[in-house]
Amino acid sequence: MTRDDSNSRGSMGNGGSGEGGVSESPPRDLSRRQFLALAGSGLFVFFPTDPLDAFQEPERLPARQGYPTDFNAYLRVGPDSRVTCFVGKVELGQGAMTSLAQLLAEELDVALDSVDMVMGDTDLCPWDMGTFGSLSIRQFGPVLRGAGAEARAVLLEMAAEQLQAPAGRLQVTAGVVTDPSAPGKRVTYAQLVQGKRIERRLEKAPVKPVSAFSVVGQSPRRKDALEKVTGKARYAGDFAVPGMLHARVLRPPAHGATLRDLDTAAAEKVDGARVVRDGDLVAVLHERPDLADKALRLVKARFDPPQPSVDDKTIFNHLLKTAPQPRLVGESGSLAEGEKLAANIVEETYLNSYVAHAALETHSATATIEGGKATVWASTQTPFPVKQQVAQALGFTPQNVRIITPYVGGGFGGKSASRQAVEAARLAKLTCKPVQVVFHRDEEFFYDTFRPAAVVKIRAALTGAGKMVLWDYKVYGAGDREARLFYDVPHQRTVSAGGWQGGNPPGMHPFGVGPWRAPSVNTNTFARESHIDILAARAGADPVEFRLGHLSDQRMRRVLEAAARQFGWKPARAPSGRGLGVALGIYAGTYVATMAEVAVNKSTGRVQVIRVVCAQDEGVVVNPDGSRQQMEGSITMGLGYALAEEVRFKNGEVLDRNFDTYEIPRFSWLPKIETILIENPETAALGCGEPPIVTMGAVVANAIHDAVGARLRQLPMTPARIQTALKRA
Amino acid sequence: MQRTISFTLNGKPTRVTVDDQRMLLWVLRSDLGLTGTKFGCGAALCGACTVVVDKEAVRSCSTPVKEVAGKRVLTIEGLSQEGRLHAIQEAFLKHHGSQCGYCTPGMIMNAYALLQKTPRPTRAQIIQHMDDNLCRCGSHHRILNAIQEAAGTMKGGAQ
Repeated sequence: MTRDDSNSRGSMGNGGSGEGGVSESPPRDLSRRQFLALAGSGLFVFFPTDPLDAFQEPERLPARQGYPTDFNAYLRVGPDSRVTCFVGKVELGQGAMTSLAQLLAEELDVALDSVDMVMGDTDLCPWDMGTFGSLSIRQFGPVLRGAGAEARAVLLEMAAEQLQAPAGRLQVTAGVVTDPSAPGKRVTYAQLVQGKRIERRLEKAPVKPVSAFSVVGQSPRRKDALEKVTGKARYAGDFAVPGMLHARVLRPPAHGATLRDLDTAAAEKVDGARVVRDGDLVAVLHERPDLADKALRLVKARFDPPQPSVDDKTIFNHLLKTAPQPRLVGESGSLAEGEKLAANIVEETYLNSYVAHAALETHSATATIEGGKATVWASTQTPFPVKQQVAQALGFTPQNVRIITPYVGGGFGGKSASRQAVEAARLAKLTCKPVQVVFHRDEEFFYDTFRPAAVVKIRAALTGAGKMVLWDYKVYGAGDREARLFYDVPHQRTVSAGGWQGGNPPGMHPFGVGPWRAPSVNTNTFARESHIDILAARAGADPVEFRLGHLSDQRMRRVLEAAARQFGWKPARAPSGRGLGVALGIYAGTYVATMAEVAVNKSTGRVQVIRVVCAQDEGVVVNPDGSRQQMEGSITMGLGYALAEEVRFKNGEVLDRNFDTYEIPRFSWLPKIETILIENPETAALGCGEPPIVTMGAVVANAIHDAVGARLRQLPMTPARIQTALKRA
Repeated sequence: MQRTISFTLNGKPTRVTVDDQRMLLWVLRSDLGLTGTKFGCGAALCGACTVVVDKEAVRSCSTPVKEVAGKRVLTIEGLSQEGRLHAIQEAFLKHHGSQCGYCTPGMIMNAYALLQKTPRPTRAQIIQHMDDNLCRCGSHHRILNAIQEAAGTMKGGAQ
């Protein structure tokens, strides 16, 4: 490794300047020693005795891998005063590039603008499991802050020696260390590290208290914004390597279909086209993507259809039939005791369909193999697991695979699975050429790991005085996350059978399922909050007052009261005809209360959501505007699964394959959105990428009921389902 | 049919010799290396590939390259002039109109076409014009605010 241009490294992880990327020769087989050499005159806070090495390959680490405790894995202070921050997280649009930089800038006391982020590059960044679950701030944030605090402490020690002043007296602003009692005495981080390499062990340095924050808590311009408005932001399909071929892969018409015969003669005659077959992988390649596609259409393939199986109507009975034995999630009191006290029992079944991620960027990857090392630019939420998958597919050691994650054009959980990266790498090996795979929209739908269809059965009861006394909750197919009740009910039990995380009996879900923005919790919140509303109506109570009457959790009371104040909620028993709804939820430790106003067209069954107010308690707010962006995004995206989104399928064939029949929210759907961030400096920063989305099904269902008296128990609440419900109401 | 197509691309005379049935999107992205214009659906349903051809917003994924012969094509790469961002780009920056950013070039180009024709659009007009451009991250309000502000900045003068 000879390259010593330290600045260019800052541009690699996320497409950076737009000038880096493939023209640079990537560092190969980077050991720690080489990494230090590569750093040139930059400073590393270095712990020579630490057992965990950031650059140690995962298979040599203990079974349960954690974040490196060697802080030099996360940051470098360059001789030009720029700070490069290395994180295994990726930028999906959620703003982690900015908020993580804020955390580091805060602890190091450097200007936010001086921090360059390198994200999701498996050769340069410390291991990370993946970017999902609203964990970047909640779980990784403290790690990064710790690294920054330690680095600052080392720099202060060095400054103390140079300025001949006690470290405790020194102050740092924007990377400049000064001695307040000796004006004129100053030294910059850059001057301190110039020409030096430092290995120094430190006692744990404390991170700043919330009250000392000056960068955290601000809403700076997003670090990715300029590249995104100028078209310079590069995604995995934007990389062009000399000699690269674009691949289109032959796909079966249905899950479970098997290739019977294949005739590629016509495709092979296309000028410049190349056909590759390797076991199950049949691909047509061409230097132009559209010409590869044209040639693929000339491939004659016959598939044997799969055995007839379920469709989107029979799926719910199928789930109940095939689900594993329910597992106890939580229990208190005794259901039998609750039954004895029950005066008014409400029993309902709630359904929701498979839902697609439908990120605007389809799964894309560009792979090149040079000198025995594979480099793959991939749109993925999980670069480190993908590295293992690619290594396995190629028969390479993981050290000889590098995954670089440029900007990702939306993930929402769907880019946790990254089949395209493996396909591009396999094809690069087979053709000895760089290969790009960009899914077409129909492939994106076909191979999506959908939010699972699910069934929730709830049996609950009120006492004669209208208090909830019994809650028997069973969820099938969705998973148990946040399935437990947070309302005060003395006799309750929650069980869960099967979910999005795998481990389901074969064939329970007829195709891939996986995490979809707040997995499990959209389903569980829709069912719970709908049922609470039904109980409130039975009790003759206002739905907000009814909830408050069963809530001793102070954080939840606070978000609900904040939302009600902003919304101007006036108590009434539903259906009031006003079209107002409320729903509460918890996700990633964050609390949300959402209120909505809807208008229902009784003749067409169409719903327009007019206004949404959402109060969120996410603990310390790292970037208020970033949080609001995520809240607005969650609310808007949630309108989709509430009102329109469902994947239709039959016998393994996915019937919705583009945005003509699979409708996602658009400008004309927009309600007025008001977001409230609860001030809660006592609680550490929690997840904020997903929470409000969990309430959207129920808040709209409850508002529809309040408007027209019709109760929708199945998502999405399409005009046809609303018309059916109106006839029943 | 293989032929040479001449057009103006971001102000520069451009010639490509290609199968003239190929879609403009792929010629821009692959032959000409302008990857700011994005592929989203391939069927003119999402707007990620929107470019402006003679002041009209078109879906480049469904526009054969022969249709731009002799015309002026503007892509996101050609919007800023002499290093100065266009008012719409500035407004997107200010209002945080991008999350993942993948729909952004198409959104900006579609908004550009709107403001060329309707310099002072109402919010309803903006919504109507932008409605077939999809954003999955849910940046819609910010995009609308950005377009409205850009219209104000441009003071009715099409730029």
